[in-house]
Amino acid sequence: MNRLAKIMAGTFLAGAGAAHAADLEVTHWWTSGGEAAAVSEFAKAFTENTDHNWVDGAIAGSGGTARPIIISRIIGGDPMGATQLNHGRQAEELIEAGLLTDLTELAEKEGWKDVVNPSSLLDACTYEGRIYCVPVNIHSWQWIWLSHDAYETAGLDVPADWNEFVASAPKLQEAGIVPLAMGQQSWQQNGAFGVLAIAIAGVDAWRKVVVDRDADAAMGPEYQKVFEAIVTARELAADSNVQDWNQATNMVITGKAGAQIMGDWAQGEFQIAEQVAGEDYTCLPGLGINEILDTGGDAFYFPVIDDPAVQEAQMALASTLISPDVQVAFNLKKGSLPVRGDVDLSAANDCMQKGLDILKAGGILPSGEMNLTPDTQTQIEDLMAEFWSTDMSAGDAQERYADIIRSSE
Amino acid sequence: MSDLSSINTSERKQAQRPVSLFRNLSAKIASIPMILTALVVFVGGTAWTVVHSFTSSKLLPKTNFVGFEQYERLWTTRRWLVSLENLALYGILSLVFTLVIGFTLAALLDRKIRGENVFRTIFLYPFALSFIVTGLAWQWILNPDLGIQHVVRSLGWESFTFNPLNDPDIVMYGILIAGLWQGTGLIMVIMLAGLRGIDEDIWKAARVDGIGTVKTYVVVIIPMMRPVFVTALVLIASGIIKLYDLVVALTNGGPGIASEVPAKYVIQYMFRAQNLGQGFAASTMMLVSVAIILIPWAYLEFGGRKRG
Amino acid sequence: MVDLTSSRSLDGPRGPKPKRSFSRANIFLYGTLIVVSVYYLLPLYVMVVTSLKGMPEIRTGNIFSPPLEITFQPWVKAWAQACTGINCDGLSRGFGNSVKILIPSVVLSIAIASINGYALARWRFKGSEVFFSILIVGAFIPYQTMLYPLVIILREIGLMGDLGGLVLVHTIFGMPILTLLFRNYFASIPEDLHKAARVDGAGFWSIYFRIMLPMSLPIFVVAIILQVTGIWNDFLFGVIYTKPETYPMTVQLNNIVNSVQGVKEYNVNMAATLLTGLVPLIIYFVSGKLFVRGIAAGAVKG
Repeated sequence: MNRLAKIMAGTFLAGAGAAHAADLEVTHWWTSGGEAAAVSEFAKAFTENTDHNWVDGAIAGSGGTARPIIISRIIGGDPMGATQLNHGRQAEELIEAGLLTDLTELAEKEGWKDVVNPSSLLDACTYEGRIYCVPVNIHSWQWIWLSHDAYETAGLDVPADWNEFVASAPKLQEAGIVPLAMGQQSWQQNGAFGVLAIAIAGVDAWRKVVVDRDADAAMGPEYQKVFEAIVTARELAADSNVQDWNQATNMVITGKAGAQIMGDWAQGEFQIAEQVAGEDYTCLPGLGINEILDTGGDAFYFPVIDDPAVQEAQMALASTLISPDVQVAFNLKKGSLPVRGDVDLSAANDCMQKGLDILKAGGILPSGEMNLTPDTQTQIEDLMAEFWSTDMSAGDAQERYADIIRSSE
Repeated sequence: MSDLSSINTSERKQAQRPVSLFRNLSAKIASIPMILTALVVFVGGTAWTVVHSFTSSKLLPKTNFVGFEQYERLWTTRRWLVSLENLALYGILSLVFTLVIGFTLAALLDRKIRGENVFRTIFLYPFALSFIVTGLAWQWILNPDLGIQHVVRSLGWESFTFNPLNDPDIVMYGILIAGLWQGTGLIMVIMLAGLRGIDEDIWKAARVDGIGTVKTYVVVIIPMMRPVFVTALVLIASGIIKLYDLVVALTNGGPGIASEVPAKYVIQYMFRAQNLGQGFAASTMMLVSVAIILIPWAYLEFGGRKRG
Repeated sequence: MVDLTSSRSLDGPRGPKPKRSFSRANIFLYGTLIVVSVYYLLPLYVMVVTSLKGMPEIRTGNIFSPPLEITFQPWVKAWAQACTGINCDGLSRGFGNSVKILIPSVVLSIAIASINGYALARWRFKGSEVFFSILIVGAFIPYQTMLYPLVIILREIGLMGDLGGLVLVHTIFGMPILTLLFRNYFASIPEDLHKAARVDGAGFWSIYFRIMLPMSLPIFVVAIILQVTGIWNDFLFGVIYTKPETYPMTVQLNNIVNSVQGVKEYNVNMAATLLTGLVPLIIYFVSGKLFVRGIAAGAVKG
């Protein structure tokens, strides 16, 4: 009944030549409690501030699950009005095929270039000088989470960086604690590799390898240290028999493990377990060595749809997503950082504040996803999965890594 | 015994039918959906896949041909080779155990027992539940710190070790435990339907001839259930080739790449790595191997009898 | 030859009759069934127990221990409150849609496959075995690899984003195994029956409806089990070929269970899975009656 009434009203208004209200189907993969609360902020703002309606098309599971569905809908000629995708090189081909809407005009009108911080986020949305997506948040990988409980049991002080952590490991093991919690999934193992690379090899070496794809740098002494560090780390994680990342986080929460390397989304787990940063756990950005964060995150794209009312709704949504109030409301609920440098985020917790300070100080890197193709990333993931769980030597792993970098596009 | 042989021969006989366009017209019209599915979807879709396996398609299918490049890369990728090995091991074990367990359970249930409906539902229910979460239940049960190992150790046997999902050498057996749990119920039901189709007189004749129960099953019943076994075999084998969800839910291919399987390689390269060409090359290799084994067999099984 | 139980046994199990209720064979029989049942029931036990616990208890407790405090909150949440995107009304949202997808898909796929099987078993024509062999090879293709060709086919015939397209896809992917199932079952029905009916002047359709269908209850039960389970649990096609308002229940299940970031509520996940599995489970149990009644060849042969 309700929908019928709306359709009739819509027809009537369109006939009278008034506002073009449209239902905009939005696909995204934010479905857990906190994520859903965050995305509701988008929906609320969009429905309240414009004439259009948000039709929610949530599909959990980013990579393997949602992407084939999104792509199928777009190439089947029956696309959604807007869709979340990781920004970076994933959407290039859809842009080339003319399937995604150019947002440059809107971006220039609203001056996105001046407000988006770090600017690399907007670069990731740019293809041949035109802007095709709206970045909405920043997530970073470069964190290690330490359990106060575990260190108390072992009678040690909580380490202040990775090296102290490694030194403390034997004592933890004596106390029956697994030093490093690690989920046995390749994306987690690959993530930890990325974190160790930036912390240990340093930004310059990382840039040469990941941005310039310099295979010689990947064979160099800086990266050798990274691969050796993983050999150490995998020994420390040998007794970690869990799969999911949050099962690993739970080991840290319950004091069964000393630490976990995981992105900033892990703090959601600590919050739910009613733990307080600084009292029950410690978070160290950049492993306490190199306080630099990458700037991965999520972005929205708008498939081309041949309907003026929908096009109008698409532009209205793009504008809503990046507006200051919506950015604050969304990111506070999501636990991520806003993409605008000009908003006030005093309500953020300890760890988020640390992250914000680092961003302000310019300690930022583009995420590896923006530089390497998904194909190359998958190959590296496969290598890391093998390296972390077999007795492959650091030298062999480094050589194979350099091969992948050499053959990457 | 005379009863048995007469039924067997009448089954084997197949009538000769003259062939012309209008003979069996109803049958031909009724088969149009099947013919269209076979030609348009399976032949057409496969041809499309094979053609694109010779291209460098990434996110979207394109026709920029690169020759055998995708295949060269495929056969030098360790993960693909490990996948094939795993599939062979899992396939053989799963085939044998599923058939044996499925048939045995069906035979037990067919012995006029009380509570048949309850037992049948117990054996079959795993098939009904989404593996995303039943996989998690198995992960917990097989986890050394939470599941069986933990319980046995807390009962006093301190040195007991049972950690199949985290040991690269035995991880495929861990997956097999959960795979049999999920898959045997359906085979049991198919076998049971087949057993219910066997004439009561067969059992009477066997009893009159003094043949024991087990021997009757092996010598008389199983040969009569040949079509049912063929169905079961195709069902099991196709499930093995398509093995994907189970591995994703239990180990996601780990530890390392120790439990990777070909279908997972195909799907991940198509959608995660956005390298359609590579995914299609792998799926073409899978299809070619299936076809090499299957087509001669299918011809003998389904086509050859006509002339026999 | 005719003993008192024979008239009853025509409708029931066909295996040899066990002797007395406490014979050694019987103890062995029930003993085996019960031991095997434990293996099958263990994961169910873990899931049910977990679904009745609160999250703090799951974090710290033993997976096998019964809940200290039983709570039905996870079940309520899974059905009516869990968030699946901005809609926080749990699985209930998709239930009706799933039924709307299930019924036409099951009916059409089984109808077509049973006719295929019947034609292949009794009315072969030139080339029928070739098409059948193609179907069998098709059963071995992981359906994800057919995703793009299928999207293109549906786009060309204009069924993209349509319930009809979804029913068609389920019919296509159910066809290989179902056709094989029916073909082999019909082939095992004594040919004499078919011949006698033809002598009496019966044609393709009348033999199918009057002779084959009544004799095929057990195999229809198997086909229904197979299709109901497959289609009810299908996620990929259900989400590609529908719109958010008509998403099936598995989309909500996936959204509850598969969140990448954020907290995993294991108790709600387990409850959601059990709730989603209820429809196939009920059908398994009800179909059991048909199994027992299943009329085998011998009953009609008389």
